[in-house]
Amino acid sequence: MSLKVLVGCKRVIDYAVKIRVRPDKLGVVTEGVKHSMNPFDEIAVEEAIRLREAKKAKEVVVVSCGIAQAKETLRTALAMGADRAILVELSPKEYEIMTPAHVSKILAAVAKMEGSDLIILGKQAIDDDCNATAQMTAAHLDWPQATSASKVEVTDAGLTVTREVDGGLEVITTQLPAVVSADLRLNEPRYATLPNIMKAKKKKMTTLSLSDVGVELKEHQTVVSVEEPPVRSAGIKVKDVDSLIAALKQAGRI
Amino acid sequence: PLPRFTACYVVVNIFLIMWISAVRSLSRSGGTCTSCILQSQTRAFTSLPETHEMLRKSCRDFAEGELKPIAAKIDREHLFPKKQIREMGKLGLMGVAVPEEYGGTGLDYLAYAVAMEEISRGCASAGVIMSVNNSLYSGPIQYFGSEKQKQNYIAPFMSGERVGCFALSEPGNGSDAGAASTTATLSGDSYSLTGTKAWITNGYEAEAAVVFATTDKSKKHKGISAFIVPMPTEGLSLGKKEDKLGIRGSSTCNLIMEDCIIPKENLLGQEGMGFKIAMMTLDSGRIGIAGQALGIAQASLECAMEYAGKRLAFGAPLLKLQSIQNKIAEMALRIEGARLLTYRAAVLKDEGKPYTKEAAMAKLAASEVATFASHQAIQVLGGMGYVTEMPAE
Repeated sequence: MSLKVLVGCKRVIDYAVKIRVRPDKLGVVTEGVKHSMNPFDEIAVEEAIRLREAKKAKEVVVVSCGIAQAKETLRTALAMGADRAILVELSPKEYEIMTPAHVSKILAAVAKMEGSDLIILGKQAIDDDCNATAQMTAAHLDWPQATSASKVEVTDAGLTVTREVDGGLEVITTQLPAVVSADLRLNEPRYATLPNIMKAKKKKMTTLSLSDVGVELKEHQTVVSVEEPPVRSAGIKVKDVDSLIAALKQAGRI
Repeated sequence: PLPRFTACYVVVNIFLIMWISAVRSLSRSGGTCTSCILQSQTRAFTSLPETHEMLRKSCRDFAEGELKPIAAKIDREHLFPKKQIREMGKLGLMGVAVPEEYGGTGLDYLAYAVAMEEISRGCASAGVIMSVNNSLYSGPIQYFGSEKQKQNYIAPFMSGERVGCFALSEPGNGSDAGAASTTATLSGDSYSLTGTKAWITNGYEAEAAVVFATTDKSKKHKGISAFIVPMPTEGLSLGKKEDKLGIRGSSTCNLIMEDCIIPKENLLGQEGMGFKIAMMTLDSGRIGIAGQALGIAQASLECAMEYAGKRLAFGAPLLKLQSIQNKIAEMALRIEGARLLTYRAAVLKDEGKPYTKEAAMAKLAASEVATFASHQAIQVLGGMGYVTEMPAE
């Protein structure tokens, strides 16, 4: 079992940054703001590298769909231990209208070009929280999907995946090739060691264009407005359970 | 006579040209990132080469995740962070600028300075343990050791499994390093060392020491030699662990040698080179320790800013008050200055240029800003700055 693994990485605003809404209210401020790899994607990269270290995979290729700066994110993945990187480069304007619908098409095309056996993605990006790319990619490829994975095992028959679902844990088996999306507890990503950071410089990074992957970016949706969440208002105290239920009913919560 | 003269002249010229180009290419390759440094951005330090920024991120993430959570405990309980040092070894931090052929990471001193700051920002004890291993212990062996010494005494000390130490100071002399009273007497195939060394960082955990001892008292400081002493060894004992004001996760103690026998192959360099080795080593050590001080200062600044952003007084966060703003601005200004001095010293060293003065300036500026910033952090935190609950104390 020597799989070719494709891992998707997204360059997002760092989780620790205080997000500010743009003055035009059509997005958030990204200029000069610290960006890093989507945390769920770090977990995905880590899982792929572990598969290669366990000799279940033979190559880990990381791919990102984004603007030129996404190369930094890809290099971080290479420093963690990925073998090769691919950037599908978009212009800033194209990037603004990119959604999972587009990314999934791109990833499906890259997977076909690469002959990948397994795609591992983060379950969602922390900027848009869509949780859709893995599912859509599987659909485009007509591959099975195992999303919100907290454990992945490669078996002779394919994959056995433990999924975190609302009711608890669900264990499913799929054949390969398949698409997996990583959840928080799948693993703890490693720190990039200095020797690996230096090795990363020598690893191959290819840049592709949208036409190279045969995907056209058509605007599917328009952002109407972006606003800060409402300021938290004071609560009220009620004297017993009946009043609580009445208050909740009145607020339309139940 | 004339043709012979011309021939000699031509031959000498050829040698001269070869030598000059050899030296030039040596200095070009001696600093791993000299070509990067030539980029104007890096010259102005507005941003560092990508490798250094990735290194910074990795060290920062490690410091946040693995060092910050234990820093207070190891300081309070005087614990050596053995597990964390091993992990730092795995990350390649115990020999940042040591060549790869000896198990080091093969980066430059600029990378080392950046790494030192980020690690010390999480835990200054881990920082000093790292610094001593990198600069004070590995440095002398890297630059003056024989191939065998490098294999035996650098390579096993790169993984974080073992650390080394540096023994120059004595109870009777610290600044006056030339007055070393520890003696080393050659007899047959071995040297016998007798004397006491003081203030030895990593003393308790070290498995080897670079020790300076007088081999020829008549030559004064030119009669000092450097030796590699494996630890533990017969004739070497440790004094009590010092109870320090801070940085207590790192051990500091005396090394007491009474007829400590070491093979004569353990002489580092040649007899009489000891003082020169010590001074050159301390130059590079200053860059590392400047990095440590920067980390402490930066952590203090961030602690003060975070608190001032949340704590309310007179209806608004402290940050709105000009007095607090002045303090924070002063801290930031001095830190930036010290940081630039540190980077400059590191780059000069990487370029093979003299850097003694700049390294000393860097260490002085950085350590002064570390004490200034930590004091100011206590002031900004007010009462909370005086209690152990908050990192300022």
